[in-house]
Amino acid sequence: MGRYVLRRLLQFVPVFLGTTFLVYVLVWTVPGDPFAGMCGDRACPDEFVTAMRTKFGLDQSVFVQYFQYLGRFLSGDFGQTYDNLSIGEQIGTAYPTTLRLAITAVAIQIVIGGVAGVLTGLRGRGYLDNLVLVGTLCLISLPVFVTGSILQLVLGVDLGIIDPTVSADASWGELIVPGFVVGSVSMAYVTRLTRASISENRRADFVRTAIAKGQPRRRVVGVHLLRNSAIPVITFLGTDLGSLMGGAIVTEGVFNINGIGGLIFRNVAEKEGYMVTTIVTLLVLVYLIMSLIVDLLYAVLDPRIRYD
Amino acid sequence: MTDPGSVGSGPALEKYAAGEVAGLATVDDSAERQRKPRSLWGDAWLQLRRKPLFYISTVIIVVVVLMAVFPSLFTSRPADFNDLNHQSESPSGDAWFGYSFQGYDIWARAMHGTRASLLVGLLATILTVVIGSVMGIIAGFYGRLTDTFISRFGDIFAGLPFVLGAIVILTTLNPPGSSPGEARIVFQVVASIAVLSWPVSMRIMRSATIVAKQLDYVKAARALGASTRRIIFRHMLPNTVAPVLVYATIALGAFIAVEATLAYLGIGIRPPVVSWGVMINDAKDYVQTSPHELLFPAGLVTITVLAFVMLGDAIRDALDPKSR
Repeated sequence: MGRYVLRRLLQFVPVFLGTTFLVYVLVWTVPGDPFAGMCGDRACPDEFVTAMRTKFGLDQSVFVQYFQYLGRFLSGDFGQTYDNLSIGEQIGTAYPTTLRLAITAVAIQIVIGGVAGVLTGLRGRGYLDNLVLVGTLCLISLPVFVTGSILQLVLGVDLGIIDPTVSADASWGELIVPGFVVGSVSMAYVTRLTRASISENRRADFVRTAIAKGQPRRRVVGVHLLRNSAIPVITFLGTDLGSLMGGAIVTEGVFNINGIGGLIFRNVAEKEGYMVTTIVTLLVLVYLIMSLIVDLLYAVLDPRIRYD
Repeated sequence: MTDPGSVGSGPALEKYAAGEVAGLATVDDSAERQRKPRSLWGDAWLQLRRKPLFYISTVIIVVVVLMAVFPSLFTSRPADFNDLNHQSESPSGDAWFGYSFQGYDIWARAMHGTRASLLVGLLATILTVVIGSVMGIIAGFYGRLTDTFISRFGDIFAGLPFVLGAIVILTTLNPPGSSPGEARIVFQVVASIAVLSWPVSMRIMRSATIVAKQLDYVKAARALGASTRRIIFRHMLPNTVAPVLVYATIALGAFIAVEATLAYLGIGIRPPVVSWGVMINDAKDYVQTSPHELLFPAGLVTITVLAFVMLGDAIRDALDPKSR
């Protein structure tokens, strides 16, 4: 177990370095000087631009910059934007909202998608099965901004059940509808995965054995069937949570949520290179750690899998 | 150690194995009726013809392709037909989808916009599948260090969230305020989609190749002295292409939706090119006053995506005998 984790962590190193370097180079090769537009309507004096470039290390080669940046990042110093705002603070205020949104979305996926999947998987072919199948196909095909705009329009503007935009502190209740929107496509996948997994395992030998032993149906389904069918679903949910924690740029835009997604979008447009690279680096780290946790969960769910 | 991947079994790998079983199984039950046993594809085609979803999706796709190739069949007005007297008017007999805030006839514009949307989806799919398949075959066939290198290289791109990666790439190439040419922006959108999604088809192709490499006919071909190229193209590729094909069908739909999403964010295709995404971007500020402006192009995107997803689903079911 320990050796497996260590090996996986070592495998992360090249991926982490590759992704962050890729983004770093992309962001810093943006044509146009980030300092040119900082002095209002007049052009910035040359001394100012030179001073700023030296301050932020832009006069060095991109390799030197990258490793200097990485050193500061790993020692916990996220640096400042060109306006002298603390990057760490900005991420700190935006991140809890994104995290709440991601958790809401995954919770909705588990509840609605999981229940629909288990029900149709147990029942087998029939009216409900077809209905859910067509429903998931439609949900998968709806782009997120369409779902978001429609729900905002119908529930927010026409019916007045929710606020069309989410307030600054973004409570759990306000995030239910945006969470549904972010999670809608994945919810459909969860349904299909659960259904496929359950209907495959329903005929498995261990289920027949459990029934033959005279176990009550509730125990057969709840303990034997569900636990063994959970692996593909957990894998999907884990990676999905990992990517949701990277912010939902489109949904945050539709509902005006102050999360990581909006923060990135604004800062890419404003050429705030350090802000963008810092957020992306953090997100890649979160994503990699989530995928490790998912792998370790396999061993918990399926005792046949051993990491040694 | 037990690799979780092999126990969780990649869907592609499973499908491939299932496909092999299908090829064998058909020999028994069809031998009486026909001399030649049905191939995997012949069997899949027979299955497909029984599925209503297959017909529905094919009809939709044919109509959409017609709209893309001959938009003038569906509307007599040009894409930039504009009458400000009808600004934001609701759908009517004159303009089936109503007018936009800028006075465009939405139906006419949507018909002409089909071409760009479909083109982006098609080109992005081809590029993604070609890059991914080549990488996947190389990784699966040569294994060892080559495999490790390509897989980790793919991880770099897979670890980048899709929309985020596209934003960084497209904003870098087109800083705000710039106005790239028509062909250039289409190419950039296609390329950034392909760069960010090739690892998926690489993984599918890689696992299919690893399975195929172990099979007897490949070993036999090698023992007979077939060259690497011959083994890959004549023996392995016909048997590894099925899962990638299913992926490509669904991806084509997904990429049409991606085009719309990128345009919605204002970083994708932009005027003077007309696509469904461009129309959606034009409409998003007026969604509360005249929702039809957004809903009609968005509806077209959804129906087209739905058709490709259904088709991919039907093909997958047809290739997989377990689902029967």
